[in-house]
Amino acid sequence: MNTPRTMFEKIWDRHVIVKRGESEALLHIDRNFVHEGSFHAFGALAAENREVRKPRQTFAVADHYVPTLNRDRGIAAVTDPEIRNQMEMLANNTKKHGIVHYGIDDPRQGIVHVIGPELGITQPGLTITCGDSHTSTHGAFGAYAVGIGASQLKQILATQCLWQKKPKTLRVSVEGAIAVGVTAKDIILAIIAEIGTAGATGHTIEYAGSAIRAFSMEGRLTVCNMSIEAGARAGMIAPDDTTFAYLAGREFAPKAAHWDSALEFWRSLPGDAGARFDREVTLNATTLAPMVTWGTSPEEAVSVTAVIPDPAAADNADKRAHMEQALRYQALTPGTRLTDIGVDYAFIGTCTNGRIEDLRAAAAVLKGRKTVIPAWVSPGSTTIKLQAEAEGLATIFRDAGFEWRASGCSSCAAVNGDIVPAGKRCASTSNRNFEGRQGQGARTHLMSPAMVAAAAVTGKITDVRTLMAGRP
Amino acid sequence: MQPFTRLTAVAAPLDIANIDTDQIIPARYLSKARGPGYERWGFHDMRYETDGREKPGFVLNQAPYRNAQILVAGANFGCGSSREAAVYVLLANGIRAVIAPSFGDIHYGNELQNGMLPVVLPADIAHKLCEQLKSQPGVQIGVDLESQTVTGPDGATYHFDIDPNQKEKLLNGLDDIGLVMQNIEKIEGFELRHHEELPWLA
Repeated sequence: MNTPRTMFEKIWDRHVIVKRGESEALLHIDRNFVHEGSFHAFGALAAENREVRKPRQTFAVADHYVPTLNRDRGIAAVTDPEIRNQMEMLANNTKKHGIVHYGIDDPRQGIVHVIGPELGITQPGLTITCGDSHTSTHGAFGAYAVGIGASQLKQILATQCLWQKKPKTLRVSVEGAIAVGVTAKDIILAIIAEIGTAGATGHTIEYAGSAIRAFSMEGRLTVCNMSIEAGARAGMIAPDDTTFAYLAGREFAPKAAHWDSALEFWRSLPGDAGARFDREVTLNATTLAPMVTWGTSPEEAVSVTAVIPDPAAADNADKRAHMEQALRYQALTPGTRLTDIGVDYAFIGTCTNGRIEDLRAAAAVLKGRKTVIPAWVSPGSTTIKLQAEAEGLATIFRDAGFEWRASGCSSCAAVNGDIVPAGKRCASTSNRNFEGRQGQGARTHLMSPAMVAAAAVTGKITDVRTLMAGRP
Repeated sequence: MQPFTRLTAVAAPLDIANIDTDQIIPARYLSKARGPGYERWGFHDMRYETDGREKPGFVLNQAPYRNAQILVAGANFGCGSSREAAVYVLLANGIRAVIAPSFGDIHYGNELQNGMLPVVLPADIAHKLCEQLKSQPGVQIGVDLESQTVTGPDGATYHFDIDPNQKEKLLNGLDDIGLVMQNIEKIEGFELRHHEELPWLA
């Protein structure tokens, strides 16, 4: 009898073309994504006179640098010549190589990790790459999806293959029903707080357990998205009927007879009974409260009901030094209650939390209330933006005083002009609270969309559960 | 790719954990083309005040370490974003090797792709090296890929591990694409089979 294999091992084995020594394999890459930031790879390709070997297996979208304002003006809305040049380079490079490109004015435009699933390009059992660390998002479908740098991207464009060292496997089981007001974002922040920002380095995480299984695809995408914040190579969740129902009928999903063959293949992907992981971590979901980061690393997260921890209590010198620096940068003192921290800006969107369910959750808090600070929404894709408008969510956001903007990476990459000013504090649904991430000197607190909405209407970090009485 | 064999050079202590790639190059400089002046974006916000003056406390601004070619850093160096520009600015600043207790996975790979050597040494050794570099500013460290050893300022040597394939590529400056295309017949055979089995992906 064959040795039982994990889902990761099944996908890995199927994509190995040749091995080099014990540890390294040449993998076939099924789907590859590029964005404006991919210009280094295209430039190197041109310098070496190379062609794109499989242009139909790469998809391009403008997301990192697109403005979220004045989008009816198309590329003319981009005033910075360097950024405009970068967007034009993507259009030209993809045209030259015959790669499909969803540009700034395309109705399918959106954040790469949102539109991949939305268009059905992301499917179970695939190997997926993109020159962006949040490529781990796509693993929510039971795919092996890895973020890469420009050199590896060049290699994939030129060959459709990637040399990879086989990662170890880590299963994170999240068991139990989550409480009202607790979301996928809180689960992944709790996992990172537990295992640390380097806790999964060298590993592929498989998320399992009843709490994960209960999530919609939107929630699963949020969990897998932040795998990289725990240092993981990739994150994945076994596909099930939730996955298949999401994919059915999408533009690039298999159709007719192919759909039945695909279903059979997809159902074969979950790990075999008795398959062994290199490591196991278990988390109890039932006791979790909404989570908020206080520091400058995603692991510096605590329950909204807690106080800012004291570096003196840190279990090692490295951690203590990082906490001290984080407190200086964030202008916070140990012992302060999270709910006593005032915020200046609120931002909802990103590949972590810019999907329709995220917007619904925030709107449920905002309905009939007013924000007391500057606040904006950038939906994860243009499709989601239109859907939210059709559902009446956009009206709720606007009535509450939020700016309703176009789709892009916005203030998560903070390279399109959407920055938080120095010294200001932002409640954000994004994925990184690094120093300067949302703008030089900007202070970020990561939380769920509903929690950002709660902070927007109170002007301080607020336990959203206190605002939810009598609401759906 | 430029090979890496051995290097004996001034090393700078950057004894901070979790230096993410946003610190190595802030995102607002990612649209800059590589070329003269590119070094300016390296560690920009750690290195310069908002008015452009150097922060004297930052190690690479201090005279003995200005020409450092080796960094000794804290754990999880290069975590975060996949931006390869983080490697480009290290190279533009003359850095060819980074020693740390651990690295962000993608950044580790990006260094190797560009002829840089990321060296993993246990935290206590990395800390000890940092202390030595601080007490004798401008002192040199040796890094030898062939023998997989680091030689400290006091002559003590430390072994480090590296994947044998990565070592061979780096020693010889081999390009990944060349190594892929040696297998072109196998690749084409694989693709034919793969797309027969999963025809909706063809």
